[in-house]
Formats: sequence, structure tokens, C-alpha cells
Amino acid sequence: MDLALVWFLIIAFFWLGYLFLEGFDFGVGMLLPVLGRDDTERRVMVNTIGPVWDGNEVWLIVAVGATFAAFPGWYATLLSSAFLPLLAVLVGLIGRGVAFEYRGKVDSARWRRNWDRVIVAGSLLPALGVGLLLSWNVLGLPIDAAGHRVGGPFAGLGWETAVGALAIVGYSVVHGAVFIALKTSGEIRRRARLVGLKAGPVALLPLLALLLVVQLRVGSGWTWIALAVAVVAAVSALVRLAAGHEGQAFALMGVTIVGAVVTLFGALYPDVLPSTVDPAYSLTIAGTASNPYTLKVMTWIGGLGAPAVLVYQGWTYWVFRKRIATEHIPRVHVP
Amino acid sequence: MCHVDVLDLARWQFGITTVYHFLMVPLTIGLAVLVAAMQTAWVRTGHQKYFAMTKFWGKLMMVNFAMGVVTGIVQEFQFGMSWSAYSKFVGDAFGAPLAMEGLVAFFVESTFLGLWIFGWDRLPKKVHLACAWAFSLATIASAYFILAANSWMQHPVGVSLVDGKPQLTSIWALLTNNTALAAIPHTVAGCFAVAGAFLVGIAIWHLTKRKADREVWRASLKVGGWVSMVAFAALAITGDMQGKLMFQQQPMKMAAAEALCHSEQPAGFSIFAYGDVQRPDCENVKSFTLPTLLSFLAHNDFSSEVKGINDLVGEYRAKYGENYPVDPQLGELSGKPIDYVPNLPVTYWGFRLMIGLGALAAAASALALWLTRKGRMPSGRWFRWAALAGIALPFLANSAGWIFTEQGRQPFVVVPNPTGVDGVWMFTAQGVSGLTTGEILTSLITLTTVYGVLAVLEFFLLRRYARAGIAGVLPAGEKTAGQDELAFAY
Ligand code: HDD
Ligand code: HEM
Ligand code: HEM
Repeated sequence: MDLALVWFLIIAFFWLGYLFLEGFDFGVGMLLPVLGRDDTERRVMVNTIGPVWDGNEVWLIVAVGATFAAFPGWYATLLSSAFLPLLAVLVGLIGRGVAFEYRGKVDSARWRRNWDRVIVAGSLLPALGVGLLLSWNVLGLPIDAAGHRVGGPFAGLGWETAVGALAIVGYSVVHGAVFIALKTSGEIRRRARLVGLKAGPVALLPLLALLLVVQLRVGSGWTWIALAVAVVAAVSALVRLAAGHEGQAFALMGVTIVGAVVTLFGALYPDVLPSTVDPAYSLTIAGTASNPYTLKVMTWIGGLGAPAVLVYQGWTYWVFRKRIATEHIPRVHVP
Repeated sequence: MCHVDVLDLARWQFGITTVYHFLMVPLTIGLAVLVAAMQTAWVRTGHQKYFAMTKFWGKLMMVNFAMGVVTGIVQEFQFGMSWSAYSKFVGDAFGAPLAMEGLVAFFVESTFLGLWIFGWDRLPKKVHLACAWAFSLATIASAYFILAANSWMQHPVGVSLVDGKPQLTSIWALLTNNTALAAIPHTVAGCFAVAGAFLVGIAIWHLTKRKADREVWRASLKVGGWVSMVAFAALAITGDMQGKLMFQQQPMKMAAAEALCHSEQPAGFSIFAYGDVQRPDCENVKSFTLPTLLSFLAHNDFSSEVKGINDLVGEYRAKYGENYPVDPQLGELSGKPIDYVPNLPVTYWGFRLMIGLGALAAAASALALWLTRKGRMPSGRWFRWAALAGIALPFLANSAGWIFTEQGRQPFVVVPNPTGVDGVWMFTAQGVSGLTTGEILTSLITLTTVYGVLAVLEFFLLRRYARAGIAGVLPAGEKTAGQDELAFAY
């Protein structure tokens, strides 16, 4: 297999990791006011992701950084074309990261309430932006022969991309609820399960709609299989959640996103960024890949680095595997 | 769309966001290593003093770390968003160290910091300590990779020109670029200069203000003072190495650093100038000069010739062209004459502020150690406030160093390598994305506003925690944490 294709798959893998991991982070953030009735409950929620949110975010940084190294033309065209949506993603991620760290550092209800708002907005905005970006990328941007965007900052956005934006939000909400149910105990766990079950059938619809649109527009025959896997897994996840098997529901949410990412990237192949102006202008794997030497070097680094990441990040989740509940939350001690 | 507007705004945005990121970075790197060392001392000796130090300085590091992370993400995206033509041109070589930074450094950094912060009661003591070291070494690894990337722009190596684009031919050459091997120790030493002054300033504040926890602050003061002085010595040595390289690699940058218009043999080092440091009349600049020192700085030889700006402009024109290429992407600059001289006041004063403020910081640390020798402690508010003010010095010196380095390479974004690869260079004006003025203006205003607000918040929190001292991180006498409670929670 040629290395350019390998790197296309590796980038898809980093996106998968990102959506799976940060998906529940985003969900926890967005559900903060829904599931957390008082401050201690909200602290329980934030602390379920406390040790891991930054590590989860790095999956995005590496997905983007690997695109830069392996497909510079893809990186450059996508990021400059989607300038303003990306700015929104960045502002959201900035606020969120600071909010987790600063929310508990002053003992004042107003201070915490304001940071809670930042966490909600900072989870919603990047989820919307990432969904928009991915669906835009797969369905195509109006780019000319030189890889420049034709038209203004929002040229080429349509209802399909709006569905794409909602798709990641909806997925994150359900995934976050399942995660909270899995990582907490007591009242909040029960409530999370309930919210996941109630919201699930509606919240997962945009994702399925996006996959269908993509499949019908640009899918190949075999991506139907991935799409079917995503649908079956999503439904089963809710069924298992209803039966009280949170671990299985969580794993099935993982399978759902695997199916979704495979559908999206499978439909994208062999392009990396289709042009809606003229298919001849589409950026392709072969056309944007770095030279074979760069790819070889990167394959060594990725081949050694990525498995190590899986090991030590996996270990982190194991270290912090215990469920937490309100009685585990220490009293506030700040200057 | 006006090309110059977009270009200038994109440059302002990159400059502002990067200088800002590099206010957090040195404090994180410096403190991370020092905190890991303090924790090591605690694990080895079991002495409560070291435990308190670990907790206190570790808390300040965490307040700062979050800001370093979120401002770093902006940097990662910015190459593609605002500098897409640059990214397309250099991606083959420049993207690799950036991706390696993520894979090798950021994953380790973020994961092990999480383990360190939340793992106090979950991990065996030694494993927990190992997490602190994994984290702090990863911050240095990240510095290594990003500076290798930056050094490649300053001095492109390990590539050959294929179809008008640089193609990587040796990652080893890129990672052992002599520019990088000099810049990395210099920059990391700059990080320790920051952390050293930070320890000294806050420790003195406590020592002159309160009676509590004296041995903690004494120890912090001593560590900070020595780190600060050793860091400056390392900065001077590595800076001299960088200078010698730069005289070969970017002679115009170094001539601009001295505002040296005409070649001189031997050349003196200007201490400071009065009058306008500006072309075309830099002849009129009067300056205090140390004779022959510049010749030594450039070539290790007190009598060598150092080339001046006016001679270099001729050389650059002959080598790299008189005019910009005719290219619609260049907008109104297309076909216009190229100005090869960087902004002189910025480079000249940037270089002097870097060295001067850095030296002042080291001198202040030495003075502080001397004034507090053998248990002495000057009373008086001036001492306290001078110590606090001293914290700012190495931060400013670092910013000045970067501003000098980056402005001094203008008008190039990838500077031609005089001894290496033919034809690999790019003008800054060619690198910018084809954005609308509205887009880049929106992001410049948004990011500056957000960064401004965050600066206030971080300063407020750092001050609060710094003031509260040990009591702020270790509840006095309160050993009531229930069996089940988390040792640390947000
Ligand atoms: C000499 C050191 C140095 C320099 C020149 C830069 N950085 Fe940085 N960066 C760090 C040293 C560092 C660090 C010490 O590793 C940080 C700061 C705080 C932190 O969490 O890690 C960091 C954080 C950080 C992050 C967040 C990592 C995370 O989520 O954990 C990103 C994506 C970047 N940086 C990217 C960049 C880019 C693209 C730069 C170039 C313009 C850059 N940094 C300059
Ligand atoms: C953290 C330390 C750094 C600081 C403080 C810094 C500072 C600056 C400043 C002030 C500018 C604007 C210069 C001008 O337009 O005149 C600039 C531009 C730029 N820098 Fe840096 N820089 C840093 C690190 C880096 C690194 C590590 C890279 C690459 C890996 C880099 C790449 C660039 C690029 C691409 C530009 C835009 C083009 C240009 O204006 O020349 N910088 N930087
Ligand atoms: C004492 C003598 C010093 C000398 C001779 C010196 C020399 C230099 C030179 C020549 C450069 C430019 C390198 C380039 O263009 O690539 C530079 C950059 C820089 N300097 Fe210094 N320096 C000194 C002290 C300091 C101090 C005290 C600090 C900070 C506390 C500092 C921080 C920096 C930084 C952050 C940069 C930009 C990054 C880099 O290129 O390494 N320097 N220095």
C-alpha cells in the first residue's frame, strides 16, 4: 500500500480518536446545567473529565498537524477556506480549557456560574464548528484550480453542512450522557441515563441524516456497510443504556462513531478535498501528498508514537477508573 | 481585497499571538522542571519544606499552564488559516517537526500533567514523581521540535528544490540544523531565567511581609537566584554562538541589529544610540561604542571586517532580485522593488533590550542573594517592590529576543541559506492566505480581545495564589479529608 494512502487512513484515525474522546468531553460540557443541579454535582461532572480533557484535545492538534506534514495542500486550503468557522472553534476551545482550570480557583458562586457558561458555550461552539468543518470537507468546497476559495467567507455553506454541525453536537450530547452514567454513581448517574435515553432518539438523528446525505451524494457501494454499522450501533447503544449496561452503551457509541468516520472518509476517498466548482480542481491524496521520503519519516514516528499514546492514555483511564459521586468531592479550599 | 492590508494584519496577528504564547511558555517550561526537582527532593528526604514548595509552585504552574495550552492551539492552526501559501510551499519539510511535536511531546505533556495533578492519592509516590518528570521533559521536547521548525525557516537545510518547492531529503539534517542546536539551549535558558526571577520575586515578597513558612521561602529564593544567574551565563554563551552563526546565515539581520550602515574593519559594538536609528540617515546616529567588540562577536577575531547594511543591500539585490516577481497573488507589491532592510529601530533596540533586561535580571538576582546572605533580610518596601518588578525583566527580554529574531529576517519568511540549498526561500508577502480583509480583521480583533481578558484573569489568579502562600495550597491543620475524598478536584 502506498504511504500516501496510509497517511490518509492515519489522519482518519486521529479524527476518529478525537471525535470519540472529545465527543464525551463536549457532551459533559453541554450537559453541565442539565445534569448538574447544584455546584457539587457540577463539580462531579467536570471532574469525570478533569484528568483527560487536555489529552483528548491533543488528538485534534495531531490530526491537524499530521495533515500539515502529510498533505500540506489539504491543510492549507481547508484551514484558509474555513477561516471564520475555525476562529469560532478556536475561541470555544480557548474558553473551555481555561474554564476547567479556573472555575474552582475562586470561592464565589458568581465566578463559578460565569465559568460554567463558558464551559457550555465553549463545548457547543467547537462541536458545531468541527461538525461543519468535517461535513464541508467531505461534501466539497468551492475551490478553484489554485486551491483558493471562490466567493466570500461562507461560500459553499448549505443546509447539509448545518446538519453536519448539529450531527456532532447531537452525538456529543448522547455520548456525554452515557459517559457520565458510566463514570458517576448516585442520583446524577440515574439522571444521566434518563437524559441519554430521552435525548438519544432525537439527538442522534442529525448524524444519521448527515451520513445518508454523504452516502447518497458521494458514497461508494461499500460505505453502505459502514453506514449500516453506525445506525445499528447507535440504536443498540440506546437499548443497552435502557437495560442499564452503561459500559456496553459507551462501547457501542464508540462503534457508532467508527461507522460514521469510515463512511465520511470512505466517501471522501480518493479526494482529500473535493471542489464543488469543478471536479477537476478537487484536491486528491496523490496530488497533495508530501514526497515519499517525508511520508516515510512520518510513518516511523507515527508507527512508534501512536501505539505508545494508546498505551499511556489507556493507562490514565485505568488509573482514574473509579466512579465518582458527590461524597468524593472535597470541600472548596482556595485563598 | 487589499493584499497589503491582509498581509499586515496577518503579520500583526501572528506577532501578537505568538509573543503572547511565549509569555506562558517560558514560565511553564522553567517551573515544570523546577517543580519536578522540588518533588524529587521531597521524595528523597521526606522534608516537609520540599513538599510545600512542590505544592505551591506547582499550583502557580497549573494556573499558567492552561493559558499556554489554549494559546498554543491557535498557533497550530494559524499557519494554515493565515499563511496558506507559506504552508503549501514549506509543508513537506516544515510540517514534519510540527507533527512530531504533537505526537511525541504534546500527548505526553497533557496526559502526564493530568496524572500528576489528579494522581496524588492514586499513584505510588515514585510513579507520581515519574509523571512530573515525564511532563517536564516533554515540555522541553516540544520546545525542541518547534524550534527546529523555526530554525528551518531561518536557515533551511535538509531539502532540495524540486519543481520550485523544497522537498525534504534528510530529517536528520533538519533536526540537527546548527541554527536549531544554538537556538534551543538559548531559548530554554531563557525559560529558566523567567522561572528563576519568578521564584526570587515571590519568595522575597513573602520574606519581607510575613513570618510564616520562612524556610520554604528561603529555599525558594536560593534556588531561584542561582537558576537565574546560571541561566544568564548560559544565555550569554549560547547567544554568542547564535550571533556567530547569524553573521554567516543572515548578515543583514546582524547588521540591522547594530544599525551598521557601512562595513567596518574592525567594527565596534554599539551599547546604545541616541538620535533616530533609521535609514537612510543612520550615518547620523551617534552611539556609545565598544571598539572591535562586534568584530569579535561576528568572527571570533577582533580585527575582522563586518559588513554594513548598504553593502549588503547590493549583495542581496544581486542574489535574490531587485523586484518582487510579477504575480497577482502579491497584489500591489507585484513587480515592486524589494526592501531588504528590516525595521531598524525594532531590530536595534530589540537586540539591546534582550541582552540588557536579561543582564539586569541576573544582576538583580545576584544582588538579592547577597543582600539576604546568612539569614539577613533588608527591611523596607523598596526591596519588596523591586523584587516583584524584577519578575517582569526576563519576560520582556524573551519577547524582545523573539521580536528581534523574527523581524530581523524580514522581508523573508523562509530566509535563503547562503551556504546551502540554492533557491529555497520565500518572501513574507508571498506566504499569506488569500483572505478578505474582513476575515483577518475579525480574527485579529477577536483574538486580541479574548487574550486581553485572559491576561487580566491569569494575572489576578496568579497574584491571589502567590499572595496566599503555603496556606493557600495546604489547608493548615485541617486533616479532615475523608477516606473517600479525592486528593484533588477541580
Ligand atoms: C520554546 C518553546 C515553545 C515555542 C517557541 C512554542 N511553543 Fe507552543 N507550547 C510550548 C512550547 C513552545 C509548551 C511549553 O510545550 C506549551 C506551553 C504550555 C503548554 O502546555 O505547553 C505549549 C503549548 C502548545 C500547544 C498546546 C498543547 C496542548 O494542548 O497540550 C500547541 C498546539 C502549541 N503549543 C503549538 C505551538 C506552535 C504552532 C508554535 C509556533 C508558532 C509554538 N507552539 C511555539
Ligand atoms: C514563541 C516564540 C515566537 C515569537 C515570540 C515569535 C514572534 C513573531 C513575530 C513578532 C512575528 C511578526 C514579525 C513581522 O511580521 O514582522 C512573527 C512572525 C512569524 N513567525 Fe514567529 N515567533 C515565535 C516562534 C515562531 C515559531 C516557533 C515559528 C515556526 C515554527 C514561527 C513562525 C512565524 C511565521 C510563519 C510568521 C509569519 C510571517 C512573518 O511575519 O514573517 N514563529 N513571529
Ligand atoms: C547576553 C548575551 C546575549 C546574546 C549575545 C544573545 C544573542 C542572541 C542572538 C544573536 C539571537 C538571534 C538568533 C536568531 O536570529 O536566530 C537571540 C535570540 C533570542 N534571545 Fe538572546 N542573547 C543574549 C541574551 C538573551 C537573554 C538574557 C534572553 C532572555 C532572557 C534572550 C532571549 C532570546 C530569545 C527568546 C531569542 C529568540 C529565540 C532564538 O532565536 O533563540 N537572549 N539572542
